[in-house]
Amino acid sequence: MSENQVPEEIQESAATEAAKLGIGTDEWVAQHEERIARKKGIKGLPQLINESIPAWARWGVLLLISFAFGAFVDNQYLLRIGVNLGLFVMLSYGLNIVMGYAGLLDLGYVAFYGIGAYGYALMSSEQIGHHWSTWLTVLIIIIGTALLGYIVSLPSRRLFGDYLAIVTLFFGQVFVQLVLASDNITFPWAEDYVDITAGANGIPGIDPFSFFGHKFLNIRDYYWLLLVLVALLTIAISRVNRTRIGRAWRTIREDALAAESMGVMVNRLKTMAFVTGAAIAGLAGAIFAAMQTAVFVSGFDMPLMTMIYAAVILGGSGSLAGAVMGAIVMSVLPEVLRVTNYSEILFLAVLVLTLAAVGKSVKRFTINIVGIALIGFLVKILLGAASIKTTPTKEWVVGPVSRALSHWMYVPLDRVLWGNCAFVILIVLIAYFTTTTPRIKSILLPVIGYLGIFLWEVRLVTDVNTTRQLLIGAMLVVLMITRPQGFLGKARVEVL
Amino acid sequence: MLKLSNVTMEFGALRSISELDLTVNEGEIVSVIGPNGAGKTTLFNVITGIYTPTSGSVDLEGKSLVGLDPARVNHAGVARTFQNVRLFLNMSVIENVMSATYGHTRAGLFASALALPKSRKEEKAVRAKAEELLSFFGSRLTGYRWDQPAYSLSYANRRRLEIARALATEPKLLLLDEPAAGMNPKETQEITQVVERLRAEKGLTILIIEHDMHVVEGVSDRVVALDHGVKIAEGNFDHVATHPDVVEAYLGRGAADRK
Repeated sequence: MSENQVPEEIQESAATEAAKLGIGTDEWVAQHEERIARKKGIKGLPQLINESIPAWARWGVLLLISFAFGAFVDNQYLLRIGVNLGLFVMLSYGLNIVMGYAGLLDLGYVAFYGIGAYGYALMSSEQIGHHWSTWLTVLIIIIGTALLGYIVSLPSRRLFGDYLAIVTLFFGQVFVQLVLASDNITFPWAEDYVDITAGANGIPGIDPFSFFGHKFLNIRDYYWLLLVLVALLTIAISRVNRTRIGRAWRTIREDALAAESMGVMVNRLKTMAFVTGAAIAGLAGAIFAAMQTAVFVSGFDMPLMTMIYAAVILGGSGSLAGAVMGAIVMSVLPEVLRVTNYSEILFLAVLVLTLAAVGKSVKRFTINIVGIALIGFLVKILLGAASIKTTPTKEWVVGPVSRALSHWMYVPLDRVLWGNCAFVILIVLIAYFTTTTPRIKSILLPVIGYLGIFLWEVRLVTDVNTTRQLLIGAMLVVLMITRPQGFLGKARVEVL
Repeated sequence: MLKLSNVTMEFGALRSISELDLTVNEGEIVSVIGPNGAGKTTLFNVITGIYTPTSGSVDLEGKSLVGLDPARVNHAGVARTFQNVRLFLNMSVIENVMSATYGHTRAGLFASALALPKSRKEEKAVRAKAEELLSFFGSRLTGYRWDQPAYSLSYANRRRLEIARALATEPKLLLLDEPAAGMNPKETQEITQVVERLRAEKGLTILIIEHDMHVVEGVSDRVVALDHGVKIAEGNFDHVATHPDVVEAYLGRGAADRK
């Protein structure tokens, strides 16, 4: 026992508590930090889900739902969302290997997806005039993207973190520019120029997949193919992660020098991570091209890259279940948000969740909600008393939520002007909010909440494309503040 | 077993190690002492391939280690611990040890992905070996601790885990960089016993950097003193501890003269 004696009753209570949990006192002490770190309420929800549902049950339910979806859904649009989700999951898996396991920041990852898609397009369309068999084409694409992955991995032998990110970002941009410029190439031995990629026009008329004489004419075919592929990849990657190669990848992420000193062939493993990720992305690209029957290079640029990164980070870097969840959010959510009814509901949900996360206690949360309601009524009564003109309700109401809000919300005649003003004020207030004292914060919060709702209803709700981006961005910010390791990720300790 | 001859390590104008000769015989425990900045850790980095010496040769059992990368030096039979404990903090205790078997296991990407029998068997063996190595330290790193993240360990346990991890690489020569740093007297005494047991039970040859003279006195067959990259004394503990150059290096010229 150490010199500073712990009072006996405390020791005893620890021992009884430990006995209740069926563990020794020593273990109880060891888990002490973990117990303190366990968050209560809404913030503890992801952890609760993580711990209370066993992995096989989670995956089993997911598989069942996906299976039922493929079997019973007949709507082409919905099936297409399903296929896009499958592709997104594959991309997230690949990036999860490179970034989540090996810890290599690869910002050019999406280029492999593009190369896969363009590779398939060039080998299966009238663009060059080849119509090779699907088996051969897919094989060439997997090997080709793997080789390219090897080349891109070479700088990673000497570069870390941000430096590697810049080099790979460059690679991604090179791909885009090459495709754009390769519609007009003159060779010294030829008179006329050659059009390889059709530049920004894209390549149409791509053959669908065809295996054993069965042509993939229905979108459902691609859905089944992707379901099988994703299931196989899930099993394969989780196995790899648990065993020798996966462990070695993670040691590189943790401490490359220590890993190397313990006999881990760091360079070889970095290459292996890049190659595996690239091959998965290339295969996904080929499926995408065959499903869409047309490819455009703009689809393989930074916007998609940020979405894949967002998916992996949102779900929790280094977690396969997290990658799936992130992919669901990043590929299904934008579709859901196309419908104003849904986006309205989601907006309010995000707002309430934000207030719950910021407020920390039920009391605070209630005060904030009541505060927002009061501000709304106050504004409406005051401006109503001054008989200032408002926009007629039917002109701005788009769904049940805004109809309900119309009894409470004051909407000025010039919606664009006041909406823009609210936007500027909101941004200034939020910026001020982050730096001010708790007392002012608690006053400011309802004002910000009210302005947010006002801005949303007056200006944003009809502008679907902008709101989609804004909402997803807002959700990401909220999540990163409350749970930086991602929804299903594990908190990482850097130095202790 | 390990033979350094005429090794010089320069960083630009700074000469960190100067024409150093050092031999460690099989089964021997040799301590390297010296004030801070004497070049002790640089010596370890040169041996393990993190640095390539400016000149001179480093041989392990007659084979040169110069120019090999750290992983290959490790495969040749040299394992080390770090002065500032470098564990894989976000991996579990047992994974830290299991990951160090990389050099002498074979399962590749596809074998693991398909869970081929060969890979499963290897995985089982690796796990068993890791459990056995962790039990080397009694109950401190066993049982429920296996699956805890390494960052949850106390400082002393982290040092123990680092030794277990080094052992998992199946070394012939073990380099310990200040194994007793930051430990209390009782733990320091334990480390002394651990070093003895490493030789007796695992048959290791050990090169050890240590500031704690009780440990040095307790474990060393031979002591080498460095100062400014130059070997100033070598021999048994009493010889080196009373050597005037060593006293001067630690305490200054006045102290050496008074003696």
